[in-house]
Amino acid sequence: MLEIRNLHASVNDTPILRGINLTIQPGEVHAVMGPNGSGKSTLAFVLAGRPGYEVTSGSALYQGQDLLEMMPEDRARAGLFLSFQHPVEVPGVRLDQFLRAGFNAVSKSRGLEELDPLKFDRLLRRRVKTVNVDPQMTRRSVNEGFSGGEKKRNEVLQMAVLEPALAILDEPDSGLDVDALRSVAQSINDLRTPENALLLVTHYQRILNYVVPDRVHVLVNGRIVKSGGKDLALDIEANGYDGYEEAANPTLAQPASP
Amino acid sequence: MTIANQELNTIAAQEYRYGFITDIEADVAPRGLNEDIVRWISAKKNEPEFMLEWRLKAFRHWEKLQAEQQTPTWANVHYPPINYQDIIYYSAPKAKEKLESLDEVDPELLRTYEKLGIPLEEQKRLAGVAVDAIFDSVSIATTFREELAKHGIVFCSFSEALQKHPDLIQKHLGSVVPYSDNFYAALNAAVFSDGSFCYIPKGVRCPLELTTYFRINTAETGQFERTLIIAEEGSYVSYLEGCSAPMRDENQLHAAVVELIAHKDAEIKYSTIQNWYPGDQDGKGGIYNFVTKRGKCAGSNSKISWTQVETGSAITWKYPSVILQGDNSIGEFYSVALTKAKQQADTGTKMVHIGKNTRSKIIAKGIAAAEGSNTYRGLVRIGSRADNARNFTQCDSLLIGDRCGAHTTPYVEVLNNTAHLEHEAFTSRVDEDMLFYCNQRGLSMEDAQSLIINGFCKEVFQKLPFEFAVEATRLLELNLEGTVG
Repeated sequence: MLEIRNLHASVNDTPILRGINLTIQPGEVHAVMGPNGSGKSTLAFVLAGRPGYEVTSGSALYQGQDLLEMMPEDRARAGLFLSFQHPVEVPGVRLDQFLRAGFNAVSKSRGLEELDPLKFDRLLRRRVKTVNVDPQMTRRSVNEGFSGGEKKRNEVLQMAVLEPALAILDEPDSGLDVDALRSVAQSINDLRTPENALLLVTHYQRILNYVVPDRVHVLVNGRIVKSGGKDLALDIEANGYDGYEEAANPTLAQPASP
Repeated sequence: MTIANQELNTIAAQEYRYGFITDIEADVAPRGLNEDIVRWISAKKNEPEFMLEWRLKAFRHWEKLQAEQQTPTWANVHYPPINYQDIIYYSAPKAKEKLESLDEVDPELLRTYEKLGIPLEEQKRLAGVAVDAIFDSVSIATTFREELAKHGIVFCSFSEALQKHPDLIQKHLGSVVPYSDNFYAALNAAVFSDGSFCYIPKGVRCPLELTTYFRINTAETGQFERTLIIAEEGSYVSYLEGCSAPMRDENQLHAAVVELIAHKDAEIKYSTIQNWYPGDQDGKGGIYNFVTKRGKCAGSNSKISWTQVETGSAITWKYPSVILQGDNSIGEFYSVALTKAKQQADTGTKMVHIGKNTRSKIIAKGIAAAEGSNTYRGLVRIGSRADNARNFTQCDSLLIGDRCGAHTTPYVEVLNNTAHLEHEAFTSRVDEDMLFYCNQRGLSMEDAQSLIINGFCKEVFQKLPFEFAVEATRLLELNLEGTVG
């Protein structure tokens, strides 16, 4: 589904990603973990095509297409979804209208039926139930005045509506208390199918107790320094990132050789 | 600069779509302004004596203001001094005879209207909209006259009203906006050439949306129209004006005056879609839209509501106001003002509370793109006898790109301590984050922008009659086109 080869990317001419290799198959859950500033969010934004994130070398194939050549909206229409770490407020635009506009744009590009407000409302109500959010939320302006938890749930609701093939979740757990975390994780699990895949970007291991990854990758200083099974996350929980940082920056651990 | 930002900055590239010139012979006044020109205009229109007297008083007052250099300078707009002697104050398409029906209207004119998207012929059939179209200075044709006449409603050009209903005009003219009100109001009073007149008798609910369409055609012409609407006790009328002008390199002056009078229990809803030529990318040409609009809630329980969508003009200087004289009267102002390229807008409202339990509501939305400058200026005045007056003001700004400006200048004067005032304001930016968020949900750059803008303007668009809400939405989209990467 996604094949990233030696991906390098810069923001404001500062290299952030320094050679990422990652392959995700349908049905899989991959977790990318790393300390602050390691490039986790940059990876998510580069894959989603955010302006200002410049790919300097490498490639990313998504369902056989050159992902990096596609416009952000075309990536979305092709089934790539990004759950934002910091969801953006769109004042005055009602969430249900926003979602319908997105849903119809995606449907149209796939030759599927665009839904009128009534039909869409029926679909939205089912999704609202699945994700277990307050139905009133869909009548409010997108993320405007939402609490941190509501914003995160709203991202999951959008994912439920757009039914992406590949969902990149950028810290869906940050700022959530234990109960909210469990509920959000449950919703994410409910949306899993054998055909879709998840790329979960997180600083902490705790969400992985609920959304169990097939593979865990440790991202340090723009490189994946170690990959493994779900136990790798537990190791990080216990021992922190220090050991991995030293491995990534050998010059910090020992004097530079002449 | 990133890609999205470049896209945002090309918004102003949208060209003006109504910039054609109609080739019709015009009956034109000599250039410049003096007492003789005022007399010439009045004579041309065969006006009653009181009208000429009023014009001359206005002209003398204007001359005095001109001599004292009392042009308003407080607004946040910048332009070179206007040479008032270099303007043509009257231009009428030459008509051979008086027009009785649409069939007699110059086909060239009708084609112009069709290009503007207001096919009069069509509208005759499409019930619901009556049109009084002002071309340069003279009203061309008024539809639905008979239908309206059945209800005793008078809807005609100002010139015609002067001939047929001089008493009504003499009684009300200048009662809301006196000629001495301000520099441009004085100028308008001296030289106004036509406009619309509307009279709704007691207890009548006007069954149609009344529409006037203004268009400036002749080069270097000023358009000075004057609208007077009188709603008698218990009546209701909804009125809409639309405006456009051809593309010309010179700046053209538009100094209109609108007076509304709502008697006891009457309601007037006045909507404007203004799309005058805004000038080119570099700020060359365009209309100076210096307009005085004011309504008086004369009777108790009366209501006046202004809704405006301002997308055109090089400079907009406009403050549709309500004088809340009658007890329990209501004044409302809903506004969307868009400035792009080098457009400047200084617009807002005045709510003057005089009667008891009077209420006013102000919702002003300013959108600034490219190098546009947008200022909200509003006054809420609660008089000493206006017990329990209430005002709610919300003025929001939306910035597109990083070279535009938005300013908010609210004035509040309260002379009665039972008053209750609320003020809200926020500024938001259509930034890369917001656009990218929408893109990530599958929306194109254009759809994203249109969604954001419409969301921002929603409260105002909801106040427009349905078909005009659609037009307003389309107009904003047209004006902000050019962002596809």
